[in-house]
Amino acid sequence: MLRFALRRALLALAVGLAVSAIAFLLLRVSGDLAAAIAGEDAPAAEVERIRAQFGLDRPLLVQYAEWLGRALLGDLGRSLFYPQSVSALILDRLPNTALLATLGLLLALLISIPLGVAAAIGRNTWVDRLALGLAVLGQAMPNFWFALLLIIVFGLMLQWAPISGSEGFASFILPAVALGWFSAPVLMRLTRAGMVEVLSADYIRTAHAKGLPVRTVLFKHALRNAIVPVVALASVQFGNMLSGSVVIETVFALQGIGYLAWESISRRDFPVVQGILLVVALFYVVLTMVADLLNAWLDPRIRRAA
Amino acid sequence: MRQALLDVRRLSVRIPVEAGTLHAVRDASLAIGRGETLCVVGESGCGKSLTSLAIMGLLPPGAVRSAELLSFDGEDLLRAPRSRMRALRGNRMAMIFQEPMTSLNPAWTIGEQLAEPFLHHGKGDRRQARDRAVELLERVGITAAASRLVQYPHELSGGLRQRVMIAMALMCGPELLLADEPTTALDVTIQAEILRLLARLQREMGLALLLVTHDLGVVAAVATRVAVMYAGEVVEEGPAEAVFGAPRHPYTQGLLRCIPIPGETPRGQPLGTIPGSVPSLVGGFESCAFRDRCPHARAACAEPVAERMDAAGHRWRCILEPSG
Amino acid sequence: MSVTAPSLPAVRRRPGRWLGNPGFVVAAVVLGAILLMAVLAPLVAPFDPYEQVLDRRMLPPGFVDAERASPAHLLGTDNLGRDYLSRLIYGARISLLIGFFTMLVSGVIGTVLGVAAGYFGGRVDAVVSFLVTTRLSLPVVMVALAVVAVVGGSLQVVVLVLGLLLWDRFAVVMRSATMQLRGLDYVLAARAIGSSTPRILLTELLPNLASSLVVVASYEMAQAILLEAALSFLGLGVQPPLPSWGLMVAEAREFMLFEPWMIVLPGIAICVLVLAINLLGDGIRDATAPEGRA
Repeated sequence: MLRFALRRALLALAVGLAVSAIAFLLLRVSGDLAAAIAGEDAPAAEVERIRAQFGLDRPLLVQYAEWLGRALLGDLGRSLFYPQSVSALILDRLPNTALLATLGLLLALLISIPLGVAAAIGRNTWVDRLALGLAVLGQAMPNFWFALLLIIVFGLMLQWAPISGSEGFASFILPAVALGWFSAPVLMRLTRAGMVEVLSADYIRTAHAKGLPVRTVLFKHALRNAIVPVVALASVQFGNMLSGSVVIETVFALQGIGYLAWESISRRDFPVVQGILLVVALFYVVLTMVADLLNAWLDPRIRRAA
Repeated sequence: MRQALLDVRRLSVRIPVEAGTLHAVRDASLAIGRGETLCVVGESGCGKSLTSLAIMGLLPPGAVRSAELLSFDGEDLLRAPRSRMRALRGNRMAMIFQEPMTSLNPAWTIGEQLAEPFLHHGKGDRRQARDRAVELLERVGITAAASRLVQYPHELSGGLRQRVMIAMALMCGPELLLADEPTTALDVTIQAEILRLLARLQREMGLALLLVTHDLGVVAAVATRVAVMYAGEVVEEGPAEAVFGAPRHPYTQGLLRCIPIPGETPRGQPLGTIPGSVPSLVGGFESCAFRDRCPHARAACAEPVAERMDAAGHRWRCILEPSG
Repeated sequence: MSVTAPSLPAVRRRPGRWLGNPGFVVAAVVLGAILLMAVLAPLVAPFDPYEQVLDRRMLPPGFVDAERASPAHLLGTDNLGRDYLSRLIYGARISLLIGFFTMLVSGVIGTVLGVAAGYFGGRVDAVVSFLVTTRLSLPVVMVALAVVAVVGGSLQVVVLVLGLLLWDRFAVVMRSATMQLRGLDYVLAARAIGSSTPRILLTELLPNLASSLVVVASYEMAQAILLEAALSFLGLGVQPPLPSWGLMVAEAREFMLFEPWMIVLPGIAICVLVLAINLLGDGIRDATAPEGRA
């Protein structure tokens, strides 16, 4: 287990480096940063002065190393639009996105696990078809459109929940539903597939042979084994939600990092975009690593391997 | 007639398949008294395993069970509600399976899985369950029993896992133990050990044992009674010495010829085989199922075959006159 | 009995099973109809999708409000008086074009990487796995938005960006399929008689990978269509006045309180197209799956 964890951490580190390089390059190819900082009407000499001041005239590799070094210390540069540093901006918005993604994931799990279990038990019955139909339909809907439908129906027509902003818990409800909705199908399918496989396993027959009640067989013996990959996928989905929040946060004008990313992209505020990209990607790298380790730990066969 | 612990009469198992209905078990009758060992023998696919699963009420979904009588200690299991079956299963009647590698849950420790039936059937508290588990693990020949309790199934070999399965089946002190080819998946040397263990436990604990196997050598050593199954039917059943000494059904005779006898079967001589193959069990048929492979088949074999029985309780399904 | 029969399905094996699947048949018919409509758009569409008639703005379809509706505009008109049905029909062209070419670009990248990883294994495999992991760590929508913002939005840019971002599934599936196939007798035989590596890959492997490829391709095409809609909706995809369905939803957003049908219709169009493509892929998967798996 320890060796597995070490190797996995090494991979995460390598991917993290690659991602940071991509984020760095994306900013550099996006145009002349010095000109952007100097402003539109700045004279050429001013641009050159800024270029030297920010070290933008040195080789790319040196600049990358320096940028990475500063990023590791938490300094992601300054916004071209806001008077704050990029890290301060991100830290300011991150709690909203984290809350949104957590709520979304909880909702997704709350829908998908019971539905997946029910579909597996009632395989090829109407329950199964309904669950599968919902999943197929859910995956075919564009997320921004589904979010708008939620706004129209629950926000404008029924007026049950606020339709924009990030003030108070209520304004997170509709965005969380919209975000969770798109993770539910894949989690549901995996739960169902896992349960179907596990329910035909020999040890389920053993459990029945012990005279255990159906409930115990289903939850203690079957779900315990079927849930392992779902837990791992759920943490990956959490990472996807952080990045998928761009669309949802924009639709609901929820002040998270997704909305900040969209705003900054529209304003060509590239240091902020770069910072968010790096943070979201690193989150994903860490989350997938956690997922893999969790997966290994939940499975005694891997956990106990030296 | 003696009061059997388990009495099965005209048990049938039907499985709907694409081409129609698979008559996997047809009119099988069996009985086991307390402390007896009944061996069910036959080729793979003859319905032996399904018969034992049908008795436990553990048939796979879709399979349909019907019978004239299925009684355990005088209690009608055919009409027993599920809750009653669950109260008996793992408690007074227990079962061990063919595949020790996959029959234990990989996510729970041996100790947890051993304790489960004991606790569920209200035999005592966790402490007592643990003591009972250690005692039984020792009894089935597992060393360092106490330290095994915290291990997971994947940390044990196949032979050890089957011993754990046996211990688990015995946790509640069952009266009837069904063992469905418990050694097929194991190494040959371990097979003999496990079977010897089962035979010893059966004697010591006074179990009624239904042992499904295709190892006739074992049957000869342990069986009180023998049932021979062919194509879903019990073609011959009776006291072990009668079935081995004077087999009535040509199929049994053929099976017995297939066993090499040390010292008697000359080296290098091919083992006996029964030519032909088992008929399809999809769709019903009335005639003798063995007639296509039978050396004595005649026109009358196409008619329905009645069961015959002699004074010693030896039953068989064949129209041939016993000739010895 | 031969133990080495290829375990991978060939698409041709059971055509009967496709027709027996009602979802597949409906999906194929719907997709065929959309395709035909897109190709024949100038003939099918009742109006020019760009023609603005300012005194006929925001007319609702007949089934929404029969009084205000105009019989000439079956699905109403938008805020600039353009015929909604015609715009939806022309919009299918954009979705299909982007979906198809994105799938092509990502398919080529992913298949090359995946087959290489599966066939050569070892270091090549390690590098490809690393690339896949890295790619998965990048948030697709954010990266696509950023690139489009830098380079400028157009059909070609969207196709290229999405194509460069959506190859991971192709690589993963092709890698494992190739690994499975590599050990099979006929590939070993081809190696034994001295066929060159590219030759083996082209003549032996690819035809057998076709069914896995088609299934992934349908899935990725659907993804590309959804992503294009999202990018265009956020204003960083296809640019106006092109009738992209995502863009139509964005343009209708201002009027969502009083004319919600303007949002609903393009969304349904996306849904139907994506659903048809997904069901087609599922149908092919089920028809070519090994026996007993469904």
